[in-house]
Parts: sequence; structure tokens; C-alpha cells
Amino acid sequence: MESRAVKQPTRNPGNPVRTAPRQQAAVERARATGAVTARTRLGDRLRGWAGHHREMAAEALRRFFAAPMASFMTALVIAIALALPASLQLGMVNFQRAVAGWDGQPQISVFLNKSARESAITSYVEDLRQDPRVAAVTYISPEQALEEFQQSSGLGDALAGLGSNPLPAVLLVRPAGATGELEALAESLRESALSDAVVLDMAWVERLSRLTELGQRLSLGLGLLLALGVILVVVNTIRLHIESRREEILVVKLVGGTNAFVRRPFLYSGLCYGLFGGLLAWLLVTLGVALLSGPVAGLASSYGSGYRLDGPGLAYLLALAGGAALLGLAGAWVAVARHVRAIEPS
Amino acid sequence: MITFDNVNKRYESGQDALVRVSLELDRGELVFLTGHSGAGKSTLLKLLTAIERPTRGSILVAGQNLNRLRNSQVPYYRRNVGIVFQNHQLLFDRSVFDNVALPLSVAGCNRREVGRRVRAALDKVGLLHKERQNPIVLSGGEQQRVGIARAVVNKPAILVADEPTGNLDPQLSAEIMQLFADFNAVGVTVMIASHDLELIARQKRRVLTLQAGQLIYDGIPSREAAYP
Repeated sequence: MESRAVKQPTRNPGNPVRTAPRQQAAVERARATGAVTARTRLGDRLRGWAGHHREMAAEALRRFFAAPMASFMTALVIAIALALPASLQLGMVNFQRAVAGWDGQPQISVFLNKSARESAITSYVEDLRQDPRVAAVTYISPEQALEEFQQSSGLGDALAGLGSNPLPAVLLVRPAGATGELEALAESLRESALSDAVVLDMAWVERLSRLTELGQRLSLGLGLLLALGVILVVVNTIRLHIESRREEILVVKLVGGTNAFVRRPFLYSGLCYGLFGGLLAWLLVTLGVALLSGPVAGLASSYGSGYRLDGPGLAYLLALAGGAALLGLAGAWVAVARHVRAIEPS
Repeated sequence: MITFDNVNKRYESGQDALVRVSLELDRGELVFLTGHSGAGKSTLLKLLTAIERPTRGSILVAGQNLNRLRNSQVPYYRRNVGIVFQNHQLLFDRSVFDNVALPLSVAGCNRREVGRRVRAALDKVGLLHKERQNPIVLSGGEQQRVGIARAVVNKPAILVADEPTGNLDPQLSAEIMQLFADFNAVGVTVMIASHDLELIARQKRRVLTLQAGQLIYDGIPSREAAYP
């Protein structure tokens, strides 16, 4: 800083910046000591910073709706990409609920010989209940089986015309021991003179759990892949935004705008795209459930079940909107990190 | 206020834009920078506004060494330097008011303060009645004055202008020059790059002349001395 005395400027009435004399003097002092930082108080700057965030959030919304068609298209692409894994996930949840009655415990069905006498069956059931390898035995008489079948199959009249009951009595044996002993238990059941056929349901239980796992992995993998797709969509959209506002970015940088200041509106735009994409995705899934719930309910009632499809609830709404907003923000970050720094005045 | 010490600038293309330029500007001075196109005027202004960095030599502005300015500090440095462009660089997607307010919102000024300062700056350049208009409907001279209002709204210690009268007729040019003189009168250090020699001669101010990157004249021209 020059120490030489400089002629004090005369303050004329047309002072370009009309400040109170005291403030003016403070500014002069700041200049004289070589202070070159912006002369704005910290509190003001904090308020200004928060105000800018509010402004940019509002502006992002305004820009989103300024070109409603283009914005809607982008949001819809995001929505479709998110609705796919979300509906797969929801499908899995519903599927698991539908098979919840099968609690994963294997069960052995013993179809009894039709000629077996009632007393022999009763004592056999008693014997089985004493067996330490057996946890529970349920006896279904031919009459019960027929009744159940008539109710669930809707073939009541046809069955009534049969004259005699074609169904055998069934023992549902629930094993107590570990899975390894199942085969041995089934084998001993087969050896009984009373049993006609023994069906071990374990394979199905296992297949079901494998299938469930497969579905979950599939929806997770698809979800990750499509989340990446969402990020790329937002990166590209924000990149175009940045290009179209190149002039503005240059001017802002020339008047002392930091990179953070320049980035802010674009980050909010990305957030906006994600948020609306997430909301649209939720709507798509809801719509899909509404379309499917009729046929599914019909199918369930044909099996004698009161099962209803679960729609995407509030949890899905929050997760989709929040997750998508974060993805949008991430995409915008990638775009601004690559492009905002590159735009420098020259 | 501004010191250039043996400043060299060589662009990546190998072109030497400035060669051993040394100069000193006192606080509150107003100087003109002249020279043919390609003489290094623009380069000197770019160095002063931290758009470019010197290849050799040092630049001191208000006690701050620009060589040591980190990239992250550049925005804060620029807030103290008002820049006026030949093509005024106004944004046509917003009003005159919002254009002038830009440096203040960048610096995080509160809304009331912004309104007060923007109106003061617009009043000074005589465009207060046009604050709500879009700059695209203004005349060239008016646009340039909006650009000047934007450059001074943050009360910078230094005002740098690159061919501010480049596209204006003589009368408008004289008005613009008077504006710069007014700001200079309240203590702002002003540097104006221009090749309008007639206009400069009338101002009777200090003139720096560049030729092929070298400072060949520094002084208040009596007659034709500054314009070889």
C-alpha cells in the first residue's frame, strides 16, 4: 500500500453511493489499510447466504415449470426408471405376504390307504404323536377333504354327482427335528402299511425361499442400474442447463461469484428433477397397483382367499421422493463439478 | 494502489503479450491505457482482474500480491474491482435492477441494502426511472451506463474499463467519461483502456501507452507525445 499522502476525495452531492458519513469513513479506513474483502458484515452474509438458498430453490421450481413440457419429459424418464424397480420390490413384498401362511416349516403329507380302518388310523396317529421326531399331526378325514375341495374348487355340484368320495384321508405331519432327519422320517412313514403315498413338501419350501431371494436380488440389481440411469439423465439435463446459461455464469464469475454460488441454482434444479421424478414414479406404481388389484382379488377369491394387493403406501412415497431427490442432487453435482469450473472468463 | 513490477505475460501459443511492464498507480488516480489492438491492453486488464496470471514479475493491488492469490480467493478479490466491458455483458433475462444487483447478491448483501445501493448506483448513472425495464430495450449508451452502475454498485476501490466508449458516438462517450471522472473524484482508482485518442487528449490525464507488449509512454501528454 502506498504510504504517500493522497488527496482526500471531496464528497460532492452526487456521490455515487450515498452512505452515511460514518459508514463512508469506515469504508475509507478499510481501503486505506488495504482491506480488500467484501465489506459486508458476517451476520448479513449468513442471512444473504440463507436467502440465496431460498431464492435458488424458488428459482429452480420456477425454471422447472417455465418449460413444463421439457421438465415433465425429464421427470417422466426418471419416474419410469424408478417405477420399474419400485414395482418389482412392491411385487416381492406382496408375494411374500401371499405365501406368509407357509412359514418355511417343511410338512409331510401322508395319504392313507382308502381301505384303512378308522381304529387303525387313530392308533397310528397316537403312535406318531409319541414319536420324538414329530411335532404335530393333523388328521384330515376324507369327508373334511372333500368339503374343503368343494369350497375352494367351485366344483361342488360335479363332486356331489360322483356318488362316493374319491379322496383319501390325509395326515399332515409336522416334523420336530432338523432338516437332515426329514428323509428318514418320510421313509419310516412310507414303510407303514397304512400309508399309500408320502409327499415331502420341503422342496417347494426351499424353492420358494430361493425364488424370493432371486426376486429380491433382481430388484436390487435393477434398482442400482436404474438409479445410475437416473443420475445420467440428470447429469445430461443439467449440463444443457449450464451450457444455456454460460453467459450468466461468466458475468457472475467476473463480479466475484464463487464456484459455490454458481453451482447452487443447478444443484437445486437437479434436486427438483429428482423430486418430481420420484413423485411421478410413486403415481405410476399406484396406478399399476390400481389396475392389477381387481384381477388379483378375483384370482385370490377363486382360491378361497381374501388376499388383496398392497399399494405403495406413505413409506414408498417418502422413499421414492427422497431417494430420487438425492439421485437428482448427485447427478447435478457430477454435472456442475465437470462443467462449472470449466467456464472461466478469458 | 496498483503496482506492476517487471511483468511478463506469454500465452501458451508462445506469443509475448506483455514484456517487462512496470508501472505504479496511486490511490485515487485516473489513467488511460492506449495502444493498437494486440499491443497488450486487454492482457494488462486481464492480469489486473485476475483472469490471467503473469508469467513473470509481480502485481500488487491494494497491498495484495496477485501472484499469491489462490483460485478460491479470486472471487473475493474481484468484488473489490469493478469491471466495465466494451460489450457491457448485461444479462437480458432480467431487469436493469437485477443486473445491477448481481454483484451484491453474489457478495451476500441483504435485500434492503441491495435495493438501497442499486438505486443509488442507478441514480448516479441517471437510469433510476428504468430499473424495471429489460436492458435489451435500452439504447447502447444506456446499456453501457447500466454496466457502469453494476461495476460501482459494490463500491469497489478500483474501477477497470475495457473500451467503454467503443460503440458510442462522441457525445455519449463524453458523458461516459464524465461518469468515470465523477467516480474518480470520490476516491476510486480508475483505469480505462481506450483507443479513442481524441477523447483521451481532451481529458488531460495520465496516459500509459503500450506497443507490442512494452510500455513505451507514461505521462500526461502535452501534445502528440503519447501517440507515436
